[in-house]
Amino acid sequence: MYTDKVLDHFRNPRNMGEIPDADGVGTVGNPVCGDLMSIYIKVKNNRIEDIKFKTFGCGAAIATSSMITELAKGKTLDEAMKISRGDVASSLDGLPPIKMHCSNLAADGLHAAIQDYLKKKGAQK
Amino acid sequence: MDHAAGKPVDPRILEVMLPYFTDECGNPSSPHSWGNEARKAMEDARSRIVSFIEAKKLEEIFFTSGGTESNNLAIKGVALRNKDRGNRIVSTAIEHMSVMNPCKSLIKQGFDVAFLPVDKYGMVNLEALEKAVTDKTTLVSVAYANGEIGTVQPIKEIAEIAHRKGASLHVDAVAACGQVPINVQDENIDLMSFSSNDMYGPKGIGALYVKTGTRIEPIIQGGGQERGLRSGTENIPAMVGMGKAAEIAKAEMKTEAERLTKLRDRLIKGALEAVPSAFLNGHATQRLPNNANVRFSYVEGESLILSLDMLGIACSSGSACTSKTLEPSHVLLGIGLRHEEAHGSLLFTLGRQNTQEDVDYVVNALPDIVKRLRAISPLTPKEMLQ
Repeated sequence: MYTDKVLDHFRNPRNMGEIPDADGVGTVGNPVCGDLMSIYIKVKNNRIEDIKFKTFGCGAAIATSSMITELAKGKTLDEAMKISRGDVASSLDGLPPIKMHCSNLAADGLHAAIQDYLKKKGAQK
Repeated sequence: MDHAAGKPVDPRILEVMLPYFTDECGNPSSPHSWGNEARKAMEDARSRIVSFIEAKKLEEIFFTSGGTESNNLAIKGVALRNKDRGNRIVSTAIEHMSVMNPCKSLIKQGFDVAFLPVDKYGMVNLEALEKAVTDKTTLVSVAYANGEIGTVQPIKEIAEIAHRKGASLHVDAVAACGQVPINVQDENIDLMSFSSNDMYGPKGIGALYVKTGTRIEPIIQGGGQERGLRSGTENIPAMVGMGKAAEIAKAEMKTEAERLTKLRDRLIKGALEAVPSAFLNGHATQRLPNNANVRFSYVEGESLILSLDMLGIACSSGSACTSKTLEPSHVLLGIGLRHEEAHGSLLFTLGRQNTQEDVDYVVNALPDIVKRLRAISPLTPKEMLQ
């Protein structure tokens, strides 16, 4: 059902954890639906310097969270905003069709974290 | 440990089936000697099933393609045949989808169906049942035991309530058959669905017991096989296999149930002791011998299944993430669990191949798996991670 890449990221998730002094946090999904994801980012010179995640959910939810941290790390905020759900799925060599919508939330989580950062930065000015 | 999802065919059963695929290929409707042989094999299989469930006679057993068809036939067949007497059906909120969905299709046709709530163990409330069964009720349909949480119902009492109002009682015994002894006459059951694979027979064959005198009409029509209630050329090898499965179950069920009950309780106790914030779903004692359903807070079932699979352990979950509809199990919601609780449930169904070593292997594997997923989950309380 899952590709080897999905299983690899599920087994050995990259950048798992929290950033206590994160510059932005994005939480998407809902435990009622079975998937809840939090993405934490540290931003320096407009680039994502560090990124971590915590996820409650199925194999696909954990693997997509792990993958997004790899895709986003080191990118500028503009570049990171352009990472789509499709990019995450194709980087994992695809997801089962039924999981494309429900568990492929990682891009949304990343975008929410960036928006949170921009909002906080705006408030500081 | 996912025997409810599929069981291997017992080699003793396969052996008696094989000649009927090749040498003994007669059609029981044919008047010649090949037809006679096929007819004899079919009636012999039927008589083993009669003896297994303690039915009165051969004419009360109708072969179908399996549990799903038996449930459809019982519900639609009785409801439609008796609509001159009433349009109400009473069932429960935790039935198998092959009971729920035919009932829902009858609602669209104007029938009035009550899906009674159950208590937190999955037990039908007899007082609520008594109130729900009216003079217009023609059918009460309750599973003998729930296939997901294993809860066994007080069938005799349910039958008494149904019969007092003149309704027939249909019992979905697919999960229970071969696990616990069932006597359709003693327990006053009017219709009972059961399947062959759940007794280590082949898939694609099941049966419906219909007590003599019960009014029912066919849902599959054709050449009039199975006394007109279920047309279609008889699948003789599968029938022979199911007959043998019933015979073996009758002989071995008691010993096997005792063995499985011990393994089940060892698994449940072991899991609840080894993992913090783990809970049993269903009833502690009124439960099928093969069924252990446990839930773990803060983690999701599919990721538990994947983790166990990596260690060579197979099981199921009521999580939405493992279902085709993306809805969590209606059974787990029916016993009052919140969505996020239902997501963390694991179902183990034990079988003949499982040993105490298997159970201990699972119990030893669970703590690390749950701990790892809890470390990833944002729902886990901080103090639990220390």
